[in-house]
Amino acid sequence: MTDSIDRSAAPAGAAPASGGAVSAGTPKIAIDDVTRRFGEVTALQQVNLSVAENEFVSLVGTSGCGKSTLLSIIAGLDAPDEGTVTVSGRGVTEPGRDRGVVFQRATLLPWLTAQGNVEFALRGERLSQAERRDAAREVLAQVGLEGFEGAYPSELSGGMQQRVALARSLSYRPDILLMDEPFGALDALTRADMQRLLIDVWERHRITVVFVTHDIEEAVLISDRVVVMSPRPGRIRAEVPIALDRPRGEHSREAPEFRAHAHDILAMIHERAAQ
Amino acid sequence: MASETPVVASPAAASPRRRPRRVGERLSPRRYAATAVATFVVLIAVWWAATAFGLVDPLFLPGPDAVVAKLIAQAQNGQLWSDIAVSVYRIFVGFLLATVMALPLGVLMGANAHAEAALEPLIDFVRYMPVVAFVPLTILWVGTDDAQKFLIIWIGTFFQQVLLIADAVRQVPVSFVQLGETLGMGRAGILMRIVFPSALPRIWDAMRICLGWAWTWLVVAELVAATSGMGYRIMTAQRFFATDTIIGYVLVLGLLGLVFDQVMRAAGRRMFRHQRAAS
Repeated sequence: MTDSIDRSAAPAGAAPASGGAVSAGTPKIAIDDVTRRFGEVTALQQVNLSVAENEFVSLVGTSGCGKSTLLSIIAGLDAPDEGTVTVSGRGVTEPGRDRGVVFQRATLLPWLTAQGNVEFALRGERLSQAERRDAAREVLAQVGLEGFEGAYPSELSGGMQQRVALARSLSYRPDILLMDEPFGALDALTRADMQRLLIDVWERHRITVVFVTHDIEEAVLISDRVVVMSPRPGRIRAEVPIALDRPRGEHSREAPEFRAHAHDILAMIHERAAQ
Repeated sequence: MASETPVVASPAAASPRRRPRRVGERLSPRRYAATAVATFVVLIAVWWAATAFGLVDPLFLPGPDAVVAKLIAQAQNGQLWSDIAVSVYRIFVGFLLATVMALPLGVLMGANAHAEAALEPLIDFVRYMPVVAFVPLTILWVGTDDAQKFLIIWIGTFFQQVLLIADAVRQVPVSFVQLGETLGMGRAGILMRIVFPSALPRIWDAMRICLGWAWTWLVVAELVAATSGMGYRIMTAQRFFATDTIIGYVLVLGLLGLVFDQVMRAAGRRMFRHQRAAS
């Protein structure tokens, strides 16, 4: 296994390296006129979106609005029929270690422990075995899994598995993190836990995140900006900057702005669906 | 086998009215084992009764006592053990050759669409050719010594294994491959470090099933042309109307197949315990 992107070895948990090549005005992610069709269905039609460095953006919308397709295209796992995607000024043609992906299912390798799964992602870094072990431990501790390093995925709950997946994605310090409904399969209580954890981790790491969800409150709670998408064909309906103070937490749900944002976004989705 | 069934709490006859067993409900390990043993006991009792009361001619069906006595005699003079040793050796070599060749080809066919299109229809076709029909041909090709036994076992298991292994590889979730891609791994790395280990439990199952078939092909080959082995002994016993030897050897063959299967099953459970629990 070889790492296609040359990056200096640095301990996990340090502040992410800022893309030096990107000037202040250039967006971290630029999506220009992206269209994607699956046979007769137009999943995305001329979508334009830009995401600033260290911004947390959520994509919300009903199923079939193309939000997951858009995420796959940014990840390089899928390619647009028309249009371009650039990340850090480079055109996206394939997946790469500059973009970490957290899938809806944790996709942990079942024959490796939590520690082993994180170390697996670190194989692409120039690290000694000891450094790799320490880095994996550290990032597992950051997601609250101290003491579970030796547990196998089958021994972990759904929420804990998703924590390992998050730790794995953070471990090699990608420039941006792409999350595809990562908490969609979790129960409500675990979900709230994971939202808190993600807010906490993000506010410490400050990394560019694109987060796909169909949970409006989740999007408002976590994001700097919520992008509302509508289906058939998949388009961007509106972009809503979230005016909630950071650090955020459960108290943010009590803020009048929170209710207002959630209400507005829900109305936009319904308005479209009624047409 | 019994330990595999999930434990169902069986209230110790305390409840006066027992709930009727639900469709598909499993037995407790103890009840499972007791029921399974009972089947064998009944069958052997019927067999014994049929011979003891003279319902069948012992020349054609000797009683269980006579069969066991014969087996013990053959175990004592060493013939049984040398026959088993020869047959196990042939199985081992033939099956190993088939597996070693089927592994890379099966993985390639499962992972690569071109390889699949090129080879799968062909192998599917060969697979349906009756192995038994190859026995005369293999004798003409390589003679009647061990090489011919290896070849028959190889023909009988290689093609099946390739298809089963390819199928196991295809069952690996796409998201695992995507994970490898997002980690910047190359295709070879994804194949060796993600796809292969992920398919391994199913590959192991495929090997276990094919090993069972290998016994059948071996005995077929030994029945036709051999100077040693389990099949050869059965063949010569027929000439002397030694039905006790034939039945005894058939039972031993069944037992050997069962033992090999259980050993591989247990090894698989041990090696892949985390993987099975997860999927």
